[in-house]
Amino acid sequence: MLRSRRSEISTAAVLMAPFVVIYGVLFVYPTIKMVHLSFTNAPLIGPGKWVGFDNFARLWSDRLFSTAVWNTFYFVALSVIPGTLVALLVALGVNRLKGWLQSLVLAAFFLPYILPVSVVVQIWGWMFDKDFGVAQYAIAPFNGGQHLAVFRIVPLFIPAVAFVTVWWCLGFSVLLYIAGLRNISSEIYEAANLDGAGRWTTFRRITWPLIWPVTVLVFTIQLILQFKIFDQVYLLATRPDSTMVMVQYIYKQAFQMNKGGLASAASVILFLLIIILSVLQYQLLRTRGER
Amino acid sequence: MTASAGLASDLTAAPAARRVRRLRRFDLAGLLITLVTLVAAVIFAFPLYWGLVTTFKPEYEIVRPGVELWPERFTIENYVHVLTQTKIGLWYVNSLITSGAVTVIVIIMAAGAGYAISQLSFPGRRLFWWMILASFMVPIPALIVTHFIVLSQLGLINTLAGVVGPQLIAPVTVIIYKQFFDSVPKDFREAAVIDGANDFQLLFRIYLPMNWGVTTALAIITFIGAWNLFLWPFLAISSEDKMNITVGITQVHDAFGVQYGRDLAVAMLAALPVALVYLIFQRRVTQAIMLSAGIKG
Repeated sequence: MLRSRRSEISTAAVLMAPFVVIYGVLFVYPTIKMVHLSFTNAPLIGPGKWVGFDNFARLWSDRLFSTAVWNTFYFVALSVIPGTLVALLVALGVNRLKGWLQSLVLAAFFLPYILPVSVVVQIWGWMFDKDFGVAQYAIAPFNGGQHLAVFRIVPLFIPAVAFVTVWWCLGFSVLLYIAGLRNISSEIYEAANLDGAGRWTTFRRITWPLIWPVTVLVFTIQLILQFKIFDQVYLLATRPDSTMVMVQYIYKQAFQMNKGGLASAASVILFLLIIILSVLQYQLLRTRGER
Repeated sequence: MTASAGLASDLTAAPAARRVRRLRRFDLAGLLITLVTLVAAVIFAFPLYWGLVTTFKPEYEIVRPGVELWPERFTIENYVHVLTQTKIGLWYVNSLITSGAVTVIVIIMAAGAGYAISQLSFPGRRLFWWMILASFMVPIPALIVTHFIVLSQLGLINTLAGVVGPQLIAPVTVIIYKQFFDSVPKDFREAAVIDGANDFQLLFRIYLPMNWGVTTALAIITFIGAWNLFLWPFLAISSEDKMNITVGITQVHDAFGVQYGRDLAVAMLAALPVALVYLIFQRRVTQAIMLSAGIKG
């Protein structure tokens, strides 16, 4: 018995070893190191001196950091809320279709989601191109017949990137919604139909409350995902300092300004923000289970 | 007038008529919704189609005003150009190597750890499990600075191994394996143990084969994720010869100036593998996405 117990532990050690090594080196250590660096004035590579909360104080008064935080929240609001609502509408529409038509339509909505971000950026750069982009045919009537360089105008930049992001990520949310809609038993709908409930009443009284847990899931997953925005903004930016987002700020301070300590302090703030959101998500999903 | 004239007959036919009317209204509204959905799908897919069709047009046609849905002169010169004049072949190989390596290592590591946590008792088991659940919350982009430091200490910056490293943190994969291994009936295990099987045989002959579908789904989604990743490969690699395709694309753009036919040709080539994988393994991709969102399907 003792022997088999020992062999069980050694088996576990062998199976866990790759995981433990990788997690130790690439996850636990970097996380601790990040917190440590945030209290020093270290450059990207090399030692630094302990400076206490100086970095955080500097972030607090740094206009660029405020811009980055504001833009990140703005982007999250503009991508997550419309993304969730449009996904529900699309899922309701797709769910009505049957057979091959449904697969085809679903594929049309889903395909963008599996594309690399740089491809998405390339496609929309071409769509919105000031001189030759087809999207200009849709824009010009609202702009006095003039073409618009969407990604070059600072107030338009974040909304435009949010629009592209909704296009890119919508398929994911649609998929979760469709799974949710399929889980609602058709008997409930039949009963509602017999009772003479109209389309709107059925949606309001049956679909919406029963799909609510999926809405919470889709919303919070997107929320956590979009706070980490970097790629699209970085690739499309023409005036990076005015359209900066949080991860881009970290990138700039660390890799362009060589300020590892300050970048780590910004990382710690992003880190805490996402942890708070994750805990919130966990709580929201748990209360649903208890109800 | 007509309403009162028809009142008598309506008295008897009312319920039926009301049902018919509701049915007809139902169909019209339903048809309208279906139509809107179809139109929306076409509009939604249009940018992809437009990007693709542009790559088959000669440059003078691309910059011509108007929306021409099919090239007047169909050409593959954009593809020929990028295949011969850029390092796209090399970037492709780099992407294949790093994404392949990430996929294989993640699956092996996650299956092993998932099995150990699910089936074996050893000291620290709960601690590891909580650590995995907690790491699920950690935003990887917050770790770019320290990942760069750690990998440069290991001498792996600007190497393909350096690109792979941070992508191996895949807690979701371990969580999914653990859940699936948990639900394998204990009878199988007991029967095999009586026959003298050890844990490695159990894992490779029973637990993994019984969850082959999950492994396929996880492998596909891990590969797609690794192929598509931008931020880390972008930071880890500085020499053009070692770039991934997703990072390489942005280089072409810088080198050509605005040449949409060529830029988009590179983009389409970069998207080709993931698009193919999705079209072939559609159901598995869907399943994997549900799994990683916490919906067992």
